[in-house]
Amino acid sequence: MSGTFVGMPAFPTAAREALGDTQLRRNLAHATRVIRDKRAQVVAEVEDWEELRLAGAAVKEVALRDLATHLETLEASLTRAGATVHWARDAEEACAIVASVTKAHGVDEVVKVKSMATAEIGLNEALEAEGIAAWETDLAELIVQLGDDLPSHILVPAIHRNRAEIREIFLRRMGDVGRPAPADLTDEPAILAAAARTHLREKFLRAKVAVSGANFAVAETGTLVVVESEGNGRMCLTLPEVLVSVVGIEKVVATWADLDPLLRLLPRSSTGERMNPYTSTWSGVTPGDGPQEVHVVLLDNGRTRALADDVGRQALRCIRCSACLNVCPVYERVGGHAYGSVYPGPIGAILNPLLHGVADEQTASLPYASSLCGACFDVCPVRIDIPSVLVDQRAAVVDQHRGDRLPKPEALAMKAAAWAFSDARRLAWAERASGLAGRVIGRFSRTSLPGGRAAAGRLPGPAAGWTGARDLPAPPEESFRAWWDRTDGGRR
Amino acid sequence: MSARDEILRRVRSALDGVSPVVEVPPAPRAPDRGDLADLFAERVADYRAVVTRCAADEVERVVRDVLGSARAVVPPGLGLDVPGALIDDGLTAAELDDLDAVVTRAAVGIAETGTIVLDHADDQGRRAITLVPDLHVCIVDASQVVADVPDAIALLDPARPLTWISGPSATSDIELDRVEGVHGPRTLHVVLVG
Ligand code: SF4
Repeated sequence: MSGTFVGMPAFPTAAREALGDTQLRRNLAHATRVIRDKRAQVVAEVEDWEELRLAGAAVKEVALRDLATHLETLEASLTRAGATVHWARDAEEACAIVASVTKAHGVDEVVKVKSMATAEIGLNEALEAEGIAAWETDLAELIVQLGDDLPSHILVPAIHRNRAEIREIFLRRMGDVGRPAPADLTDEPAILAAAARTHLREKFLRAKVAVSGANFAVAETGTLVVVESEGNGRMCLTLPEVLVSVVGIEKVVATWADLDPLLRLLPRSSTGERMNPYTSTWSGVTPGDGPQEVHVVLLDNGRTRALADDVGRQALRCIRCSACLNVCPVYERVGGHAYGSVYPGPIGAILNPLLHGVADEQTASLPYASSLCGACFDVCPVRIDIPSVLVDQRAAVVDQHRGDRLPKPEALAMKAAAWAFSDARRLAWAERASGLAGRVIGRFSRTSLPGGRAAAGRLPGPAAGWTGARDLPAPPEESFRAWWDRTDGGRR
Repeated sequence: MSARDEILRRVRSALDGVSPVVEVPPAPRAPDRGDLADLFAERVADYRAVVTRCAADEVERVVRDVLGSARAVVPPGLGLDVPGALIDDGLTAAELDDLDAVVTRAAVGIAETGTIVLDHADDQGRRAITLVPDLHVCIVDASQVVADVPDAIALLDPARPLTWISGPSATSDIELDRVEGVHGPRTLHVVLVG
């Protein structure tokens, strides 16, 4: 079974470990560049991409701002269509519902469609504790599960693994849980995919119960939507007798027509395709076709907490396309594991604090895992202003930890900066002082930044926490203001 | 308090004082890209599905040629003679797994994205028959092709199960290398009529 994120160290510590792993950095740089380029190409094809983003953001916003009404409508239309609706306040309740439905059918295994919600609630581990095996059927999820590993990307959870590692995992582990990989397995992606097809087919054909999430849930019609590529989703949604879908309450859209901008935005932003290979929609039970017993678990697990945050509420518009991960300079370097959650990258840096609060150190470190460059906002198909939410969450972290006995060095540094910036003379003085420090750091520096600029690898004292995770560029010996005065803006 | 009532109470209190009014701008339309059937054929082929165009009276022959010796299943309402094909009467998944191919029609084709949509009416059959066999031959009439996603959404009935198909199944999970053919049919052959 795959591992869990519980007990992960705070972002700076985890990031340092990840940065030391050159294989990981190479895999990530390659993968994120490929998806970025594909996305840019298909987005450029759509003349009115901006208008489409506005429409997508608006339909999600409509649903969120009147969420209670739409949830009640969804419940009514699902029930009318023959589905059983359950509500779960938290992860534990949701897992218990899935376990009890499974047990009611006397089986000890389920097949699973890749779903962020079920990863978030730790469903596989909860089912395992009840003696039920949960088989991941998405190729990347299978790689993660067989490798006893953690997902590191929303769309491509095994993005940190290369083909040689995947071959090794398949050879070593497939036989333990079902049909073994052929002994002559090569590391060709097509051959590896074929091994997964054969390994999983027997599981699809015999499974009685399937578990899925949903990309969207249409209130008006009681329709759930699953967007995928491999066909493992269709297998799970079609062949078993019983289907349980765990759906976050923020997945609701009001009307069938609201799917239009979202189904156009998601594939282009996500896999960089005009349309993903398969999208399945279903409304409850269809007699004679597909599962004849359909359950839907509507999940809160912190979503109402995020909903109450006036700045952060927009994060619930997220359609989990992962475009913001692929453009993030921080994510590209440290990968997904450092975020300590199934939601990594820029969206994870705001969503985790919004869902769970910032009382614990790990979550409190996430809003700082960003350079605020703004690339995430530019690519987000539903226009979530991630940088603004990050800044607001940093304020929340400071507020939460105001009572802590020792002030954070960041807080001290920010206070000093505010004092210096509020007065031009003080700023000039501070710059002269930092110019001096620059000469000292320049002399003793042990490291240098790209471009050859000297940097302090690690400073002693209260700044150790800061430089523990960042190389502090040595301040330039002459400040911009001093240079401007000396040269009259470059004219002398 | 039940979980349901508790969650709805939390939602209401979270949104206390938040106006539900949102201005929704109309989603933009794709510009006119000329002949829809041409664009559809081009975009379907872009995703490495095979496309054959033919006249209405050639469909039977084209389908026979595509199938060759493949053992096929067809839905009861296909409306086309496929020699030797089994007519689906509720075959089990294991029985379907023993067959090579399936021949169906479609509900809608989307030109902009190269997508076919099945609504699993009698001429398309249950979802399982277009999923388990390895070759899917899908007959689309040129008159069924619409310009873009919003046109398809307007035509489709959400009460029916729908399957949107854009090319054969694919994965990019290994080093972002696209591999066609994972769990669904590894070959999609679209026969575009008219
Ligand atoms: S925040 Fe936006 S860009 Fe990031 S995963 Fe969500 S929808 Fe995609």
